[in-house]
Amino acid sequence: MSDVAMHSYAPGTHPSLPPPIGQAGVLLWLRANLFSSWVNTLMTLIGIFLLYKILPPLFDWSVLEAVTNAGSRAECREISAHGACWAFIGDRISLMVYGFYPVEQRWRVDLSFVLLGLALVPVLFDKIPHSKPALLYSCCYPLIAGWLLLGDKFVNILPYVDIGKNYLILSGVQTSEFGGMMLNTVVGVTGIAFSLPLGILLALGRRSHLPIVRAVCVCFIEFIRGVPLITLLFVASTMLNYFLPPGKTFDLLLRVLIMVTLFSAAYIAEVVRGGLQAIPNGQYEAANSMGLKYWQSMRLIVLPQALKISIPGIVNTFIGLFKDTTLVIIIGLLDVLGVGRSSLADAKWNGLSTEVYVSIAMFFFICCFSMSRYSIWLEGKLDKGYKR
Amino acid sequence: MGEMNVAEEIKTSIQSAAGDDEVIQIVDMHKWYGDFHVLKNINLNVKRGERIVICGPSGSGKSTMIRCINRLEEHQRGQIIVDGIELTNDLKQIDAIRREVGMVFQHFNLFPHLTVLENCTLGPIWVRQTPKREAEEAAMKYLERVKIPEQAKKYPGQLSGGQQQRVAIARSLCMNPKIMLFDEPTSALDPEMIKEVLDVMVGLAETGMTMLCVTHEMGFAKTVADRVMFMDEGEVIEENTPDIFFDNPRHERTKLFLSQILGH
Ligand SMILES: Nc1ncnc2c1ncn2[C@@H]1O[C@H](COP(=O)(O)OP(=O)(O)OP(=O)(O)O)[C@@H](O)[C@H]1O
Ligand SMILES: [Mg+2]
Repeated sequence: MSDVAMHSYAPGTHPSLPPPIGQAGVLLWLRANLFSSWVNTLMTLIGIFLLYKILPPLFDWSVLEAVTNAGSRAECREISAHGACWAFIGDRISLMVYGFYPVEQRWRVDLSFVLLGLALVPVLFDKIPHSKPALLYSCCYPLIAGWLLLGDKFVNILPYVDIGKNYLILSGVQTSEFGGMMLNTVVGVTGIAFSLPLGILLALGRRSHLPIVRAVCVCFIEFIRGVPLITLLFVASTMLNYFLPPGKTFDLLLRVLIMVTLFSAAYIAEVVRGGLQAIPNGQYEAANSMGLKYWQSMRLIVLPQALKISIPGIVNTFIGLFKDTTLVIIIGLLDVLGVGRSSLADAKWNGLSTEVYVSIAMFFFICCFSMSRYSIWLEGKLDKGYKR
Repeated sequence: MGEMNVAEEIKTSIQSAAGDDEVIQIVDMHKWYGDFHVLKNINLNVKRGERIVICGPSGSGKSTMIRCINRLEEHQRGQIIVDGIELTNDLKQIDAIRREVGMVFQHFNLFPHLTVLENCTLGPIWVRQTPKREAEEAAMKYLERVKIPEQAKKYPGQLSGGQQQRVAIARSLCMNPKIMLFDEPTSALDPEMIKEVLDVMVGLAETGMTMLCVTHEMGFAKTVADRVMFMDEGEVIEENTPDIFFDNPRHERTKLFLSQILGH
């Protein structure tokens, strides 16, 4: 017992004291969290046993006994009978990353990845210097990336447009040469970047007082949500051309991008609508009674609150979208999964599917897990100060 | 054509008869929710600087009436003229009126994602195009007036109910309104907080602000109001100066209401 605790104060004179100490510590934590009851203790022991059974062999396979330098599967197996043969992945990595993008032009893909990272900074984090010009750059990024990746072909992917050669300095690359992770990233990032604003507009439209706007939005959302993405991709790959005059084509990748964006926008719209519904009427009334116009009250008052509520759902949709980019394989585009699968056919490297699928799984896991962590960080940041 | 002219004539005659001093004129205003006739033949003239308290039993249409004045609700018959502008479906006019009319709600309706200071500067910056610095200085002045300048950087969720309502009043004042509407500003508050909010409102009344206030705080009505209106079932039953209203109510319905609210 400390002195302070024994003190008695006259009523109304009790000072504010620091909180009691000594309520932390490793042992205390262990006891409270792992061994608090016999059930808990049993679970902890089972958990430790399972980890012991799984982790060391996994570590052995993926690191200790793994082979990173070999010319074929046979060589791999000579060096180590049971380890992973990462040499195969090393051999195919450039194909898995860049697809069939011309080798001497691959710096353009690298550069556009780096620029993408830069473009994400002002979008993801708000407290950075010069955020206005930085955001402007982020908005222009899709054009920059399109030009970098396609070069001359950039404008030609649109139907009806055909400008002269070498007008855009960089040599043209066909979208059919896109592949691997780069293709997944292009489809995923485009889908995410365009479906969020489109989804927000659809959500607002669905709650609009204008009957025609509302009807259009409802029809769109319900139609897109009611059809599997695969079906939409088939539509993109075959049917869309029927709507164009003969001889005019519409780039396949562009059609896929549009379909994926529309698909994800319909889901985002419903997620955002859920957020909008959670905003009390009083917020609209307060905004209106101040004289804010519709778009001002949406942008300044309603959407910031509604989007914050919708973050888990939005990120969920984005993660789903990113993983669904592998579906392009069914209309003949070779994304990372497609490239990986086709390299399994190589006789020299026969039978190494585990290594391939594990690497592809890691790629998706890293991307999706970062999205998930970012959203948790963002939620925490936006929660600060909000509540008592 | 003929009807149009008559309407025009009535309008101009009202405007000329009223003179400059009338900031709110409500003439034969009716409102329905579906088939339900909520407001029946409301007539009200408010002069600049007048303070009017509106009371009445729950469901009598008090909120609906003052919400019609800034078009949070739409009326279906009659006229409402605020500061010389008639309320029609014209969005421009509605916006013009809303700029001049501040409103304080029962449940504060502060913007939870903005700090107290941002709550106060939002309107001036976006609606009145005031430069940010200037808007912040003005906001601090009004926050001082409602006695909470030290809370400027906090979020509404971190304040007590009474503090939140005072912020809401400051937020409205930042728009430099000509008229302030209050819809039961103290009925969501604990007794101790009611006083701090009423003090602010009395102070505001002393500055000569035109105020329409729905409240059951009869003490406030006695000290501040120029007129007290009593509503029941969508009609104005009685309207008088506070002395006469409280000491010599004319109608039985008013007496009953007063005995219920003051009685015990
Ligand atoms: N949106 C609405 N739709 C239908 N009826 C409504 C609506 N809003 C209010 N009413 C009805 O109109 C009447 C008047 O409501 P109002 O809110 O104006 O009452 P009030 O006098 O402010 O009551 P209180 O003192 O409880 O706030 C009530 O009978 C209410 O049920
Ligand atoms: Mg009410």
